[in-house]
Amino acid sequence: MTENAATTSPVPERRRFAFDLKAASPFIALAALILLGAVVNPDFLTVSNLTNVVTRSAFIAIIAVGATFVIASGGLDLSVGSMAAFTAGLMILTLNKLGGAETSTLLMAMGVALMVAAACGLFNGLVVTVGKIEPFIVTLGTMGIFRSLVIFLAAGGTITLRDSGMREMYRPLYFGSVMGIPIPVIAILLVAGLGALLLYKTPFGRHVVAVGSNEDVARYSGVPVSRVRLLTYVIQGICVGIAVLIYVPRLGSATPTTGLLWELQAITAVVIGGTALRGGVGRIWGTVAGAVILELVANIMVFSNFVSEYLVGAVQGSIIIIAMLVQRSLQRAR
Amino acid sequence: MSSVLEAREIGKSFGPVEVLRGIPLALQAGEVHAVIGENGAGKSTLMRILSGHLQPSAGSLAMDGQPLVFTGPVDAEKRGIVLVHQEILLAPDLTIAQNLFLGREMRRGLFVDDAAMNRIAAAKMAELGARLDPRMPVRELSIAQRQLVQIARALLAPHRVVIFDEPTATLSGVEAEALFLAIHQLKAKGVAVLYISHRLPEVKAIADRVTVLRDGRHVTTRDMAELDPAGMARLMVGRDMANLYPPRTPAPVAEPVLEARDIAVPGYVETASFALQKGEILGFAGLIGAGRTELFEAIVGLRPHRGEVRLEGRPVAFRDAARSMAAGIVYLSEDRKGKGLLLQQDLRVNLTLAALSRFARSGLVAESQEWAELDKAIAGFDIRARRKEMLAGQLSGGNQQKLLLAKMMLLEPRIVIIDEPTRGIDIGTKEQIYRFIAELAAQGRSIVVISSEMPELIGLCHRVIVMRAGRIAGEVTGDDIAEDPIMFLATGVHEEEVAEMAAGAP
Repeated sequence: MTENAATTSPVPERRRFAFDLKAASPFIALAALILLGAVVNPDFLTVSNLTNVVTRSAFIAIIAVGATFVIASGGLDLSVGSMAAFTAGLMILTLNKLGGAETSTLLMAMGVALMVAAACGLFNGLVVTVGKIEPFIVTLGTMGIFRSLVIFLAAGGTITLRDSGMREMYRPLYFGSVMGIPIPVIAILLVAGLGALLLYKTPFGRHVVAVGSNEDVARYSGVPVSRVRLLTYVIQGICVGIAVLIYVPRLGSATPTTGLLWELQAITAVVIGGTALRGGVGRIWGTVAGAVILELVANIMVFSNFVSEYLVGAVQGSIIIIAMLVQRSLQRAR
Repeated sequence: MSSVLEAREIGKSFGPVEVLRGIPLALQAGEVHAVIGENGAGKSTLMRILSGHLQPSAGSLAMDGQPLVFTGPVDAEKRGIVLVHQEILLAPDLTIAQNLFLGREMRRGLFVDDAAMNRIAAAKMAELGARLDPRMPVRELSIAQRQLVQIARALLAPHRVVIFDEPTATLSGVEAEALFLAIHQLKAKGVAVLYISHRLPEVKAIADRVTVLRDGRHVTTRDMAELDPAGMARLMVGRDMANLYPPRTPAPVAEPVLEARDIAVPGYVETASFALQKGEILGFAGLIGAGRTELFEAIVGLRPHRGEVRLEGRPVAFRDAARSMAAGIVYLSEDRKGKGLLLQQDLRVNLTLAALSRFARSGLVAESQEWAELDKAIAGFDIRARRKEMLAGQLSGGNQQKLLLAKMMLLEPRIVIIDEPTRGIDIGTKEQIYRFIAELAAQGRSIVVISSEMPELIGLCHRVIVMRAGRIAGEVTGDDIAEDPIMFLATGVHEEEVAEMAAGAP
């Protein structure tokens, strides 16, 4: 009884302030980075450059929206990069097999990509829930499996989209725009918008947060815990599938290095966005901001001469560590 | 003669809640001083202040007549005050000796001196009557043995004052006797022993003086010779018990709503059969580990089990809590913080979690309805929340229990199973919860109350079933519901024998 009473004493105003700060911090960081970029190089703050940055962040942003669900429910998915490469490889192989440059062919291949990715997610989810194995181990395993399947399919080389007519037809999905807005940016907004609706407004989203907050409480409250967990991995798979749909037209190929370190970037974006790695808090728009931040940092590195752009991975790796430190100190401040 | 440790008009408040007021306590060297009181009387808080875990909000502490302030438990320990915790705080994978010396390992040169530590550990454990291999991992010990390791660990530090917080709660008679012997040795060495317990016969047996707390106030401090267990009980309760409980309604006619036959829960319940009547408040008594919680968790689908459950005559088998809830049965866990509420989420999310589908409008959660429902719950259950947006973890224990009740009542259940309904709750809130339980029964709902607080079962229930070691030991009804028969069924031993056993300690 005594410890309960102790928790009733914090000063409400301060708590609220810290809470808001936590939700706002990714956007503050985003603004600060844009300011920094503008100082470093006058060419940075142009509409075309910034649009470019957001466009390039699309793959990670979309995958990270899925990762927000997995992480908010207390899970983890390390296999997203390999899964993207595997899905892209299969999609291109499907296109090559069907041949020609028909719209129906493309739609069919897209359907295949989405189903393959969703099935990969389902597999992860089933092993986690039915097999009751730590998500870290499961997805570490499937990360290796999916990656080596791509290498196998490509026989160590590159899987290239052969039909040039199909390439031309498919190209605009990455390079095109609608009313001046690049299609990948529209894709981010659509996926994040749907994700936010699902996470914040539906009973399923509430269940995701409940399971991540405390699995026992969720179970004792009649929440179908296993089903909720399983679905988060399927959602993650579908998000990977959508990212692949706009990735393939960009280069028209899949290689053994496709999607390398995407899991690092996706998880970093989620963490920067303010989602708690232990589960129970999910912030979709923060995640999107996080993905844009990662791409902005890379962009600023290219514009400035401070750090070699070959060190982008090192900088992104540092960012996830710094983001965790900031989260921790914000928690202490409460 | 100045006291080794003295509390001068100690008071403690947590926010607006005052849990202790003006407590005087003077500990003399070489005495065993018992502090008794009901749950929520403030015993634990007082202990934590005396051992430096909490700072008093009023009054002061003194050692040897010199006023002082403890900066924390480490400071208090340096000055010779050790607290033997009620919960087990040991590393299960380390050995007995390693746990005893954890953080203060003996060294020889660069390396730890295992031989010496094992030797001393074995000797210290033997002093407490436990002849155990010091190289055994703590994981392999029984709860009682772990408790003894914990006591040995506390006594390893230089000590002038030793505080025991309900040390016998998990000990059997023989083990408790070894502990009493150790306490006598401490006393003979001139150590002051503060002994918290609500087992009155054992307090009578080992204490020299006793201080009684009630609702955070000091009632009296007396020499043990002046009091017997019954006298202590009167001082502890001190209020008109009749007022705490709502007037008893007549026992319902036999119309079973829930019947359980030969329920077995592997590892917890061997076999249990019972029937719950419509409008009945059925108590479940028993010692910790008797299998009461597990039995009901099994019935509502939270644990694998065998056996037959019938709901209004129809056989049912629930695979999870969602299905039993849909059938009109809710279970409120004794572990409010771990299994009842999402402490990191706000009141609204907690309130509607179990009944969320009722708030779904074309696939989306209707938040405005949730807020309206929260307003109703706050008013209806008298939940004292400073802000509607606050987190469930910020509520006091009593208000958490009310929120949990409100959450489960949204499901409009016909059968309500409440596990330890008033654990960690102050007297005022207890009364509200008892009234609420009685109202539910009056509405024709059936209630199961699982409780370790005997007065609550006696004051509230139409019938009490007693479990012992995974089986139903018997049942008491109507005017027969009293402490003695329940204790007899729960332990298999008569109260007088228990008292004799305790008194038999040297």
